Amino acid sequence: AILEKAEMVSNAKMERSTKSFNFAAYHDLETLYSFMDTLVASHPNLITKVHIGNSYENRPMYALKFSTGGVSRPAIWVDAGIHSREWVTQASAAWIANQIASNYGVDPSVTSLLGQMDIYLMIVTNPDGYVFTHTNNRMWRKTRSVNSGSSCRGVDPNRNWDAGFGGPGASKDPCSESYHGPYANSEVEVKNVVDLIMGHGNFKSFISIHSYSQLLMYPYGYTCTDIPDKSELHSVGTAAIKELTSLYNTIYQVGSICKIIYQASGGSIDWTYNIGIKYSFAFELRDTGYYGFLLPANQIIPTAEETWLGLKYIMEYVCNHPY
Amino acid sequence: MLCAHWSRLRRVSSRSCCATALRSTHSSTRLSSSPERIMKTFCSVWLLLSVVELSPAQEPPLPETAEDMASTGDLEPTHYPARRAAQVALHYLNTRHGSPFRVFGLQQVHKASAEDVEAGGRKYKLDFSVTDWASGSAGPALRCSADVLFPRTERHSAPDVKLRCEALQQINRTVQEEEAFYQKHIPPDSAVSARDIPDSYGNMSEEMQPFWRLARVAASFIMLRESSENTEFNMVQMASVTQQESSEEQLMLEFVVLLHDLPSQEIVQWKLLASWSPDRGVRVLQTEWQPRCPHATKPPN
Repeated sequence: AILEKAEMVSNAKMERSTKSFNFAAYHDLETLYSFMDTLVASHPNLITKVHIGNSYENRPMYALKFSTGGVSRPAIWVDAGIHSREWVTQASAAWIANQIASNYGVDPSVTSLLGQMDIYLMIVTNPDGYVFTHTNNRMWRKTRSVNSGSSCRGVDPNRNWDAGFGGPGASKDPCSESYHGPYANSEVEVKNVVDLIMGHGNFKSFISIHSYSQLLMYPYGYTCTDIPDKSELHSVGTAAIKELTSLYNTIYQVGSICKIIYQASGGSIDWTYNIGIKYSFAFELRDTGYYGFLLPANQIIPTAEETWLGLKYIMEYVCNHPY
Repeated sequence: MLCAHWSRLRRVSSRSCCATALRSTHSSTRLSSSPERIMKTFCSVWLLLSVVELSPAQEPPLPETAEDMASTGDLEPTHYPARRAAQVALHYLNTRHGSPFRVFGLQQVHKASAEDVEAGGRKYKLDFSVTDWASGSAGPALRCSADVLFPRTERHSAPDVKLRCEALQQINRTVQEEEAFYQKHIPPDSAVSARDIPDSYGNMSEEMQPFWRLARVAASFIMLRESSENTEFNMVQMASVTQQESSEEQLMLEFVVLLHDLPSQEIVQWKLLASWSPDRGVRVLQTEWQPRCPHATKPPN
């Protein structure tokens, strides 16, 4: 513990600007939030910080909006860290945010993409949980809401969406890691995202980033029935994974949530698909169980780099296939 | 490519833009350029299709109540029923051939099938590849085949595994490392003790790696025993290791391990006592499930 604290203090000192931000390390919430501010300050014409609401414990929730103008342009949503123990996701999202910012004006496809569409990137989707993984329990997954009538806290934020809510693949036990909560959108963290998506009205893609297992998945989780767009999403996913694998030979599998990992109800990408956001995907990043959630920091950048290739493919596809 | 063409039209929505494009090309007296003709054709077809488009799909499907994913016959190798069964075979492989310098990981399932058997069990036949994680995930792959039988009894009982891996005997034996490790820690004054390996940041010292692998191998006995078609276990952390005194010529180690079950997402804690020597391999002597407090912070000692 002493070694970790020293590490955190020295990381914080180093991260006064994005140039010195150490992407190859795990950071606490404060450091990630200050990174966001630095990134926005260095790219004022591209990025704004959107305060989408507060968490249960009243922490601000921020999404980075990448936009070159327009009014309510078609947009792509990417979130990381909805499950707080999946640390490689928040860390990768920070790297990806920086990558998008640096690539704009340099990389033709990113530049063209941002000429037509906006990107919303939420680096820490569950800030209360993330803080708890630093202060108390590295394996914390859920939110930190108080469950009435139980000494167990927290709801699984990816069982709390209004899609097959309360069905198989979620627990009604508040002490369970996959507790769905008292009702859909009971968790303010989920409600804030739902409100933003609904209020915006023009999202064309929704991508949620998790770890671990090395999978790229599409709906549904709440049922194993195929979605009408299965064929298209499966081939987009397959092509995206080909890009991802090309970098370091990391093997991913593609399939619907229900078939490839488990039946799970109340998941975010099921809800987004059902409200018409066709290109809804979920990633499970490295690894396949060797380190699991405790992925060594020296794998953050390789993970982020390969994930970015997959993500970029999906984004380009979305842009080229307006609907 | 199409994206770049669209950018020439100022648009709010694709459909209104498409209509604008048609109007502008119609009103033009000059011959439209080739890209414009292509766009015009595309737009016309698209508008036509969107008019005759079937009304939005029926209501989203209702979830089934009892999902029976474990179908009989050939299984999709990338789907979870095959993968869970392969993971069980992997745990079995590690109990037999794991060591402080060798832990196997599942690389890919190639083929899988399942059938119900007499006495109400289900047997999976698998063809899969594993790699030796200790030599890096890019190490050579070993091809294996296995029969995994999940009994269907009232109380849970361990699955039965029959496993064959090609060239198992030929992979580099880590004899020297094992011997050196053994000699270093067998003296009576050796009292290794550590917590949280790896730490929250995934750090693990060189010195701790063989202990972590031993914990992983010992945990494989538990994971194998506790597995069913509804579980998929990995060890996420060696919460603690405490070397015990030993009168026999074995390293005696007490571990507390954290296991992660993918389907339920639960973290399960076990305390176990295991022995190891280069000759006898890993033996698990005692296991004890540890309840975790709801307000779980550090594991209770």
